[in-house]
Amino acid sequence: MAEPVIQVRDLRKSYQDVEAVRGLDLTVESGEVFALLGPNGAGKTTTVEILEGYRQRTSGEAWVLGRDPANLDRATRERIGIVLQSTGVDPFLTVRETIDMYRGYYPHPRPVDEVVDVVGLSEKRDTRVNKLSGGQQRRLDVAIALAGDPELLFLDEPTTGFDPSARRHAWQIVRNLIALGKTVFLTTHYMDEAQELAKRVAVIAKGVIVAEGSPATIGGRDTAQTVIRFRVDDREGIPSFGHVPLGDGTLELRTEHPTKVLHELTAWALDRGSELEGLEVRRPTLEDIYLQLTGGEAGTE
Amino acid sequence: MSDVELALRQVRYTNKEFWRNPGSAFFTFAFPLMFLVIFTALLGSGTVEVAPGVIIKQSTYYVAAMSAFAVITAAYTNIAIGMVFQRDAGILKRTKGTPLPGWVYLGGRVLHVLIIAVLLVLITSAFGVVFYSADVPTGTLLLKFAAVVVVGSMSFAALGLATTAIVPNADAAPAVVNAIILPLLFLSGIFIPFGVETPEWIKTVARIFPVKHFTDAMRAGFYGAPPFLWRDVLVVGIWGLAGLILAVRFFTWEPKK
Repeated sequence: MAEPVIQVRDLRKSYQDVEAVRGLDLTVESGEVFALLGPNGAGKTTTVEILEGYRQRTSGEAWVLGRDPANLDRATRERIGIVLQSTGVDPFLTVRETIDMYRGYYPHPRPVDEVVDVVGLSEKRDTRVNKLSGGQQRRLDVAIALAGDPELLFLDEPTTGFDPSARRHAWQIVRNLIALGKTVFLTTHYMDEAQELAKRVAVIAKGVIVAEGSPATIGGRDTAQTVIRFRVDDREGIPSFGHVPLGDGTLELRTEHPTKVLHELTAWALDRGSELEGLEVRRPTLEDIYLQLTGGEAGTE
Repeated sequence: MSDVELALRQVRYTNKEFWRNPGSAFFTFAFPLMFLVIFTALLGSGTVEVAPGVIIKQSTYYVAAMSAFAVITAAYTNIAIGMVFQRDAGILKRTKGTPLPGWVYLGGRVLHVLIIAVLLVLITSAFGVVFYSADVPTGTLLLKFAAVVVVGSMSFAALGLATTAIVPNADAAPAVVNAIILPLLFLSGIFIPFGVETPEWIKTVARIFPVKHFTDAMRAGFYGAPPFLWRDVLVVGIWGLAGLILAVRFFTWEPKK
């Protein structure tokens, strides 16, 4: 197996008396989309900026494309594209000029028009940056990061502040990158974004990774109990699976054997000719797991 | 692409930005010319004794003074305020994440400043020749004069880069930069010529800082008084070197918290 693109062991970072990152381990393999998911202030940006070479770690080991990120040489920088959480571009250049300026820094850049197409800014190519909307400027950020045709792309909260349609658009752009075989390191505080894009997710809270896995299995999501809810007026003879009343007449039960439970419940209801009103069968969502893992701090923004 | 080509490319883009930005195009370019017109209109008919026994028209005096002012504005004020803006907007941070070496980026900026400075000196001189029959440097004096403009632009640009380190944010930039440079311009006789009554302390301040030395060297090129002294160029260069050292040590690519 090829060497991991990013490898981090026991990474720590302190700012004066605050320890923002407290012993982080993670590995990102070539060609995968890895999402670092966590609430604001969990240490996401600190971690990603250490890997990008903007901050010095306090201790621990870190390798990016086989190099120490505290000391990235020019040849390694040429293989990395960065979309920072907040950055600007000169407001007086056009989209095309801006991309062209940045692509000149790389030895094997991609054609301007191609990059413009990937991010969907074709109609704006001759528009000055200060005439773009916020979402369009963010797409330009991605375009600039792509201009040098990097192997590894860092995306730090790429869709924060986007409306739903702009986010879907941005996701499509990231999927295009996946199709190009790029390795993507994504940070986000949106569960759906991680679920939508990432092959692997690590949840970070208070500076440590609290869970890691695929979006489908993370935090024991695949083995967690299923929640079944329904309302029924007459409960006589109801098979007991440990249901509890929720107050408004709804009954809730949790089970690891949803098929069996549902079979017996529905058989019972059919026998009596009654209806399980408002029947709901729910697997824990990534959001449920996330809230549980991060101590309910999700989406504090 | 070699680093020199990259720097020249950077100059080209910086130049595009410069002319499209109404702020920099106006304050850097139009301002000194406007001042030249105003000062010569107000005071141009008088005379001024620029060295013992050397009396020239004030209009000629202002051609040289505004030429120096133009270079200082283009190099110092423009770089200091412009770079803080770029820093706070996150443009510098983005650049730092690319393979472009920092010195190539900054070198491109300084080279651009030099071009603007030369252009401004040419325009003010032409203005002086046409309207005030001011003398312009020729022969070896022209070479010396060119050296002054080059050393001056580079030095004031380096000092501008160093100044960004003490500016907390873009909002404060014009205030901080003007608080430094405006008093110095006045204390160095840029706007109001020094005369016999000029207090000694002002002359002392003027001798310490680079503005007066630079202006004197420029004036030597225009009307030969005070005489051209390499010492003036040296003082400006030493300030520039100090600015460069401070900039290397304290210049930051990210907004200050």
